Amino acid sequence: MDLLLIKEGFPLLTFLIFLPLAGAVVLLFYHGEAFARLWTLIVTSLTAVFSLLLISGFNSASSKYQFAEAYDWIPRFHINYIVGIDGISILLVLLTTFIMPFCVLASWKYIKTRVAPFMFCLLIMETAMIGVFVALDFILFYIFWEFMLIPMYLLIAIWGGPRKVYASIKFFLYTLAGSVLLLVAIIALYLKTGSFFIPEMMWQEYSLTFQVLVFLAFFLAFAIKVPMFPFHTWLPAAHVEAPTAGSVILASVLLKMGTYGLLRFCLPITPDATMLLATPILWLSIAGIIYGGFTALAQQDMKKLIAYSSVGHMGFVTLGIFVLNSRGIEGSILQMINHGVTTGALFLCVGMIYERTHSRELAVAAGVGKYMPWFVSFLAVFALSSFAFPGTNSFIGEFLVLAGTFEHNTILALAAIPGAVLAAAYMLRMLQKIVWGGIANPDQSYLADLDVREIVILAPFLFFVFWIGLAPQPFIDLMHTSVSHLLDQLNYWQHHHQVATVLWR
Amino acid sequence: MEAAAATVHIVENSNLLLAVIIPLFGSLVVMTLKNHPNLREMVSSSASILLFCLVLSFIPALKAGETLVYPIFKLLPGLSITLRADGFSMIFAMVASSLWMIAVFYSMGYMRAHDEPCQTRFNACFALAIFGAIGVALSDNFLTLYLFYEIVSVCTYPLVAHHQDEESYEGARKYIIYLTTTAKFFLLPALILIYVLVGNLDFPHNINTGMIPATAAPGWMVTMLYIFCILGFAKNGVMPFHHWLPGAMVAPTPVSALLHAVAVVKVGVFCTTRTMLYVFGVETMDRLNLGIPTAYFVGFTILVASMIALSKDNLKARLAYSTVSQLSYIILGVALLTPHAIEGGLIHIVNHAFAKITLFFCAGAIYIAAHKKYISEMGGLGRTMPFTFGAFAVASLSMIGAPPVAGFVSKWYLLVGSMEAHQMGILLILIASTVLNVAYFAPVTYKAFFGKRPEGEVETGIKEAPLSMLIPLLMAVTVSVIIGIYPNFMMQFVRMVTG
Repeated sequence: MDLLLIKEGFPLLTFLIFLPLAGAVVLLFYHGEAFARLWTLIVTSLTAVFSLLLISGFNSASSKYQFAEAYDWIPRFHINYIVGIDGISILLVLLTTFIMPFCVLASWKYIKTRVAPFMFCLLIMETAMIGVFVALDFILFYIFWEFMLIPMYLLIAIWGGPRKVYASIKFFLYTLAGSVLLLVAIIALYLKTGSFFIPEMMWQEYSLTFQVLVFLAFFLAFAIKVPMFPFHTWLPAAHVEAPTAGSVILASVLLKMGTYGLLRFCLPITPDATMLLATPILWLSIAGIIYGGFTALAQQDMKKLIAYSSVGHMGFVTLGIFVLNSRGIEGSILQMINHGVTTGALFLCVGMIYERTHSRELAVAAGVGKYMPWFVSFLAVFALSSFAFPGTNSFIGEFLVLAGTFEHNTILALAAIPGAVLAAAYMLRMLQKIVWGGIANPDQSYLADLDVREIVILAPFLFFVFWIGLAPQPFIDLMHTSVSHLLDQLNYWQHHHQVATVLWR
Repeated sequence: MEAAAATVHIVENSNLLLAVIIPLFGSLVVMTLKNHPNLREMVSSSASILLFCLVLSFIPALKAGETLVYPIFKLLPGLSITLRADGFSMIFAMVASSLWMIAVFYSMGYMRAHDEPCQTRFNACFALAIFGAIGVALSDNFLTLYLFYEIVSVCTYPLVAHHQDEESYEGARKYIIYLTTTAKFFLLPALILIYVLVGNLDFPHNINTGMIPATAAPGWMVTMLYIFCILGFAKNGVMPFHHWLPGAMVAPTPVSALLHAVAVVKVGVFCTTRTMLYVFGVETMDRLNLGIPTAYFVGFTILVASMIALSKDNLKARLAYSTVSQLSYIILGVALLTPHAIEGGLIHIVNHAFAKITLFFCAGAIYIAAHKKYISEMGGLGRTMPFTFGAFAVASLSMIGAPPVAGFVSKWYLLVGSMEAHQMGILLILIASTVLNVAYFAPVTYKAFFGKRPEGEVETGIKEAPLSMLIPLLMAVTVSVIIGIYPNFMMQFVRMVTG
């Protein structure tokens, strides 16, 4: 277990995982609406504050798993409780802990019925999400992975929009379908290695056929979660029907689990299969980028528009992962964070409009710029960020991903460019409609501009848009060692195993 | 060349940051002064004067052979947002800051005389457009250039859509689609590919070497990047991506003046020539034989746009196509790659700016004073508005290239340059376009002074536009004459570029 840097003393990661769960248990006993809101806000904020300790204690020069804790759990089956973070997961954990308080704030007025159960679901979600990013035992990972499904299902099915039943069932079935094969792959790997400890499954001599099969099982589970084209159809439905907080969690955190899985499991556990199958996945990413762009351009529903834009943006993330070079992978990790920040903020903005007009239609929101200048200023920045305007966070991410892609293959990179053009087109179209509208706008004079609570919600997102956009180096420093360690191992592997990568070249 | 590199003396100067902040801050203050129009206009005008003085203050250091730089943000290794003032940036910074000053006063007169709505938004976006333009002028690397180029695109959208009717929405839609699509489609990949090839995006300090060493990329790739850069800066109005410009004519006249003379099209040609000389460099362009084909490519725009201008009766439309044609002069000059031609091209940025803003100011003054848009209705109007049409006549002489107005200087250098480059074809294009310029400008002046009044109109006494419009207009045309007689003040910056 020399891969782990065991944390002595206070078990910080365990604390972060179980603090929201403990908070949720309290909500079982006290149901007051006001109490539930405030309590959840306090618990999620505390989690966020404590997660800052991760940064101060993180050694970015080491590629080991840090803050690690290892306890025996079911020794008979070699199942252990092992958690730890490295440069790949630390930012995602922080993204999760920091998104949650804003989800609570965004639901402050939005959720009017069954407040305590709603907050209960949010807290359970948080536990599961942090667990997924820190678990280093495959069974532990799988438990958290499945654990997420039910509260998310409930969030959509109970507090969702008119077609909530359809959307929630679709979400549940899609994700479950992927998970079943994931379990099969995990057990297959256990039978080969005799361990569920994830780092011990990496860089092992599996046969190519075995690798390809495991890879495909992983890929299906993660590609549905990302979602990659053509496995994306559950996403627009779920986004549209979910309450604001649900959409934000879905976009900011849940989608990242797919790409995190690809990076954490596919690359090191099945390197030969990854190299073998990278090219078709890259082209699938391109297809997603273009398809997401065109579909977003055609939407009249703001949430659908942003949902399809997510398909395009996540296409950039998978593109960056599978070019298998340092710029590409660092770009994709950064792009995961960026997408979490920007798309999360956009969903919050749509939620704020929805609370006022009770509609997500672009036509109904036409021309609100005149009456809600603060709102449209925020919206404009997030929309610009979403189509990678230079100086904003997504520009850096997209720049690195495309730079990595150009290193890999010029044609491939040029094929992704129309996606960037389309992103500008659909975002500017949305912005034009909302800020200006046309010559016959609906009467918006009854609308009130953002109140203090709403500005407090959006302002931190704005801060991160510009921070990552103008000084991304600290973020990249956090992940750099882990990414280069991963790529070093991959290169070493490639040198010593003459694999059939020539097949696609 | 090594000697030139050795003499570059780079000095860090935080005033560069101030130059970008003044218009930005001005714009933010303007936004808060919705209910105080006089105070608002005072903020705009004092910001513009402050900016102009600040730009002037860079001159002594530049004359002493220094290049001023100021790094603002460091994004990634080799990727930063950095400002720079060298001879090349001064050409455009001088134009943008001085014309902002004149334009602020003019638009005050125009917008109030016309009782336009949303003047606060107008003023704020105007200042933001200047923020972008100054940023472009002062950018030290390709990323900074791209950043400010995009800022100009986005911030001028509200200006074009100002009237918020069907026509202006349509024009603005076309405007933003052309500009952002070309930038994303061509510039973004070019930017990233150069970064991947070279490892940074910093402009060198001379026009010869360029950024891309011959060993870094095969010739076809550099040629592809070059084509991307020429097409990507669609604000330069080069055909086939020029169509946004006539479409944007729906905007109020001060906006057209700003678009055509200062913020937008000049940003386009400035970026194009900056990339030609500093990203690719004279040596690379010579080696890959990129110059002469570019010259002929834009030569086509020069001739065709002039012919379209001939056919337009709407004065602003005629001026718009004249701009399309004149912008390509600048690129043509630089593309010829001989020192004189480059000088002629670059000085035309200045000369065209002052003449074209005069012409647009005149068009606005005519519209305000006489409510006329079409040339065919302007018969005899020169007798009513002698100052306006006098200025129009002088400015159109500058467009044609007649002495002693500024346009003569650029045309002289361009003609000399094309002979140095032994390009008879280019020489013929320049001569033909001069004839066309005469053909579409001379009749306007002639008709105004010597033509008959349209049916049913009687001769009135002198009835000019308000003084707040007339004075800026006359100032602009005076500058045009002065820089025609004393071209050296601006030429010194151009010579800093060519060495």
